[in-house]
Amino acid sequence: MTGAEILIECLKREGVEVMFGYPGGQILPTFDKLYDCSIRFILTRHEQAAAHAAEGYARATGKVGVCIATSGPGATNLVTGIANAFMDSSPLVAITGQVPTTLIGNDAFQEADVTGITRPITKHNYLVKDTRDLARIVREAFYIASSGRPGPVLIDLPSDVQKKEAEFIWPEKVELRGYHPTLYGHPGQIKKALKLIESAKRPIIYAGGGVISAGASFLLTDFARQLQIPVTVTLMGLGCFPGTDELFLGMLGMHGTAYANHAIMESDLIIAIGARFDDRVTGKVDAFAPNAKKIHIDIDPSSISKNVKVDVPIVGDVKNVLGQLLEGVDKKPDTKDWLKHIEYLKKKYPLKYQWKNKLSPQYIIEQLYEITGGDAIITTEVGQNQMWAAQWFRYTQPRTFISSGGLGTMGFGFPAAIGAKVGRPDKLVFDIAGDGSIQMNIQEIATCVCNKIPVKVLILNNGYLGMVRQWQELFYKRRYSYTCLYNPDFVRLVESYGGMGIRVTAKEEVRPAIEQAIKADTVVFIDFHIESEENVFPMVPAGEALNRMIEGLA
Amino acid sequence: MRHTLSLVVENKFGVLARIAGLFSARGYNIASLAVSETLDPTISYMTIVVEAKDEAVLEQIKKQLNKLIDVITVTDFTKKEHIDREMIIAKVVCSTRDKPKLERTLERFVGKIIQCKNDIAIIEAVGDQEQIKKLLEALSTFGIKELVRTGRLAIAY
Repeated sequence: MTGAEILIECLKREGVEVMFGYPGGQILPTFDKLYDCSIRFILTRHEQAAAHAAEGYARATGKVGVCIATSGPGATNLVTGIANAFMDSSPLVAITGQVPTTLIGNDAFQEADVTGITRPITKHNYLVKDTRDLARIVREAFYIASSGRPGPVLIDLPSDVQKKEAEFIWPEKVELRGYHPTLYGHPGQIKKALKLIESAKRPIIYAGGGVISAGASFLLTDFARQLQIPVTVTLMGLGCFPGTDELFLGMLGMHGTAYANHAIMESDLIIAIGARFDDRVTGKVDAFAPNAKKIHIDIDPSSISKNVKVDVPIVGDVKNVLGQLLEGVDKKPDTKDWLKHIEYLKKKYPLKYQWKNKLSPQYIIEQLYEITGGDAIITTEVGQNQMWAAQWFRYTQPRTFISSGGLGTMGFGFPAAIGAKVGRPDKLVFDIAGDGSIQMNIQEIATCVCNKIPVKVLILNNGYLGMVRQWQELFYKRRYSYTCLYNPDFVRLVESYGGMGIRVTAKEEVRPAIEQAIKADTVVFIDFHIESEENVFPMVPAGEALNRMIEGLA
Repeated sequence: MRHTLSLVVENKFGVLARIAGLFSARGYNIASLAVSETLDPTISYMTIVVEAKDEAVLEQIKKQLNKLIDVITVTDFTKKEHIDREMIIAKVVCSTRDKPKLERTLERFVGKIIQCKNDIAIIEAVGDQEQIKKLLEALSTFGIKELVRTGRLAIAY
């Protein structure tokens, strides 16, 4: 078999059903084999979108996403998508063409040192120099991408390696002597954690994306309900615990709910599960939850005690560790008074917004939630749209909120929605976008139209790079330096590709527009002309303590 | 504070770049690094001396190194009994008259003169950090023209 044939055979054996990508010179031998291959191929209009779509697919399904591009510019265009998957721990295998081994290092046409460029943004990467190594490498790549703390793995494939013949040998198992993720929590640590939990008066669960990638949402829900411990989640954790549950506090951090931030600051025990104490979550680290003991459950030892020193670290798969904790727990903590206090905080500091009578972004998202009953996959771009989507939609299922958390990549949401819809065709998929972000991958309308991928894009169009403008308003004396946008007519733009466009300028048009979009069997852009200077509140200014929020509402 | 880490790594191309890249990307400092093949050609040993301002940073360095797929083990020699050595080669100003004096100095430090002509002696010496430091002080009285030194090598008892 040729290298290209071996690659395709390996992908099939790994269960790959769909790939996203873009062809080019040095990946031609592989594309020739894709021409009559059973794996579905989605041609995006930019390689960056292929990487984001593969990640959207991975996060919606839990499977490994696969993207493919040519050497040089094709590969460098994947870089943002790979970095995004790295920061958000999404399982991704990226395959790139490379100039022939004989030309590597020669500054050949469309050559770039792709393993060099992607080294710090991949979990691991490979330059395949010999066709005989290919099957083993593909097998390892999928194993590394999907096990432990998931992440992207890149395989750089010179064109001669794709063409050369070798015997196909499928490695039955993967042996990597330097890679053994710890799967179960240490029994001694479990005991210590239980002791803290059982005696806590004001415990709080702080859950992140790790709960979702471990498939531990049900166990987390059990655990919190059984022990009556309130739950706050990170942006990446939305959906890991039902947003409709009484114990749910919403997201915490910079744009978290005030009651979540107050609750974690007042807590005496934080149980961090699959979360990493990111700076957007903790605010000023020295002032973060000063009276709380901290238990930290994470599969990645390097996430533990990186930003915040913890009392009981537990390295292990979140699902297993939650099982161990549930098995070992003797008595529930007495949280009655604490939950009463939480109720008080929720009443005292509710999420709210002004402009009740106008076309406000929060209202649009509330309506989307009501119309769908929460049964939809929401992707977002980055900025205000993302924060409003996090605050005003209630996520009840894991893998229904897909957003660029760590890297904060504008242009992520639309291709991610495409990937999510391809992976979950049974689901309604919405991208909540801004007028700035959507233009960073707007060419993907063509991908939707050609492949009949009916995602719905809700553009919260305020004519600004809204979040940057908000910072300029609050911290830079309203000097709106290059944040005011000149935009195309999004309705006519999407129509020119063959999709549907709806413009909404008044509050009463919101519901009919969303309903019409849902009925349409094509890609739809709804261009909401929202209040131009609406802000996201509450807000913890960067570097401030978590309970020092700006409310912003008179 | 300086710490000596001993790494067993896969002997593959790119491993050194991964480790060096990790240090620069995360802002850690390498004081010295020595790497070579071992009896088993599939693995290499690396001795890395790192600068870490506190225990937490050292912990992170070790965890991050361990996270690399090509790193098989990381051993911290800070609290472990071990032997460490580094080697220097130097050009030292030395007339024929001074040669016996230089020889006597070197004897104290497991060193010797490799060559001596035109009033320049090329010397080699092996020792731990403290010994090398003292030797360099002693040699400076002769005048050091040029100096090369390896990174630290270390092995546990």
